[in-house]
Amino acid sequence: MIAIIDYGAGNVASVANAIEKLGKEFVITNNEYTIYKAEKIIFPGVGEASFAIRQLHLLNLFSFIRMIKKPMLGICLGMQLMCEFSDEGNTSCLGIFPGRNVMFDSKLCTVPHMGWNEVKQIKQSKLFDGIKDNEFFYFAHSYYLPVNEFTTSTANHSVDVTASIEKDNFYGVQFHPEKSGEAGLHFFNNFINL
Amino acid sequence: MVSKRIIPCLDIKEGRVVKGTNFVNLVDAGSPVELAQRYSDKGADELVFLDITASAEKRKTLIKLVAEVAKAIRIPFTVGGGISEISDIEALLKAGADKVSLNSSIVKNPALITSAAKRFGSQAVVAAIDIKLINGVYKVFVKGGREETELEGFEWCRRAAELGAGEILLTSMDKDGTKSGFDLPFLTKLRTLVSIPIIASGGAGKMEDFLDAFAQANVDACLAASLFHFGIIEINDLKKYLKENNVKVRI
Repeated sequence: MIAIIDYGAGNVASVANAIEKLGKEFVITNNEYTIYKAEKIIFPGVGEASFAIRQLHLLNLFSFIRMIKKPMLGICLGMQLMCEFSDEGNTSCLGIFPGRNVMFDSKLCTVPHMGWNEVKQIKQSKLFDGIKDNEFFYFAHSYYLPVNEFTTSTANHSVDVTASIEKDNFYGVQFHPEKSGEAGLHFFNNFINL
Repeated sequence: MVSKRIIPCLDIKEGRVVKGTNFVNLVDAGSPVELAQRYSDKGADELVFLDITASAEKRKTLIKLVAEVAKAIRIPFTVGGGISEISDIEALLKAGADKVSLNSSIVKNPALITSAAKRFGSQAVVAAIDIKLINGVYKVFVKGGREETELEGFEWCRRAAELGAGEILLTSMDKDGTKSGFDLPFLTKLRTLVSIPIIASGGAGKMEDFLDAFAQANVDACLAASLFHFGIIEINDLKKYLKENNVKVRI
C-alpha cells in the first residue's frame, strides 16, 4: 500500500492516477497511523511553501514526517519542503535534506522554470534504473534547490538545479513524474519497487 | 535547457471540442478525452482546454471532464473559461488540472491573480490576454473577444506578470483564424517586457510560423487548434521540423 499524503497543497489526483495506472494499491490520506502503516509514502506538493508548511502544522504532520522510516518520495514543492529552508515565504522547512531553496534570477532566465527539461544523472540511483540519461521530465517551479552532496540528478535553467535528491530512506524530485509521460511512470514504478 | 513547447488548444462546448474562425462559425471536431489522448501520443507537450460556454451550471460538467482527462493523459494541462473565484480554481486543480487560465475575470479584478498565485503558486496561474489593434493601439478584449476594454496590451501583460501570473497566453485577435502567422511584432516586444513564459496564440498556418515565433520572438510555447484538430499539421512532424531548424524540442 502506498500512502499519498493529502495536506491541501498538492496535485494529489494526478499522482493517484499514475499509481493507479501502475496497478498499485494506494490511499490518499493525512492520517498519521495510515501513513505509518504504508510500505511507501508519496509527498506531493504544488503551491506556496509557507502555506504548505502551515498546513503540515495544522494537520500535526510536521514532526511525524521527519521521523518516517519507510521510503518516502517528495515531489516538486514536496521535495523543497523536505529541505532546511525556503526563501518562498521565508519558511523553515522539514530539514531532512540540507539546503535552502532560492528563487531563479529573472534577469538570467524565464521564471517560473516551466516545461520539459533534460535530467542529467550525476549519481547512481535506483529510481533511474532503465531511464536514459538526459531524459525529458516536466518542471514547473520558481524556486530551486542548489546542487548539494545528496543531489543525484540535475537540470539546467541558467544554473544547474537539483532535479532529484536522496538521503537514507528519503527521496525528492523537483520534476513531476505524474506529468512526465512514460518516463514519469517508469520512475514511479522504480520507486514502488524499491 | 528547457525545451520549447507545442500546445494544442481544445475549445470545449457542452463537453465537445469545437473551434471557430475569428471566434464564430463553430465546427465540431471531436471528443475531448479522445483528442487529449491522441495529442499526448503524438508528442504534444501540454494541452489547453477552454470552456467557451462556461457558466455556473456548466461547472460540474467541466470538473467531470477534467477528472476524465487527468485519468487518460500523463502530460500537464490548463483549463480556462469563465473562472472567477478561488473556489473554482481549487476545484479544477483538485480534479487534476495543472493550471487555470484567467481572462475576463482578472481584467475585472486584477487582485485575483495575486490571491490565486499566493494560494496555488504562480505556476498554476495563466493570464490569458486577447489583443486587437485599434487605431494603432493594441487594445485588450474580454468575454471571448466580444468586448473592448480600456486596457493597453503591453501594459496589461506587464501588470499581469507583476501581479504574479506564471505565464501569459497571448492571443492576437487580428491573427486568429487567418493562418498568416503569429503576431511577431507584438510578441517580440512583449519578450523584452516580461520574464515569465509567453505562449503565442492566433495565426499559425504552417510549420514556418512556429519556427518564426520561437526563433524571432523567442516565445516559450506556441498554441494552435484547428491546424492540429483537422490534421493539417501533425505534431510529431512539426517537432521534427523544429528540431532540424535548431529549436530545442522534446522528441
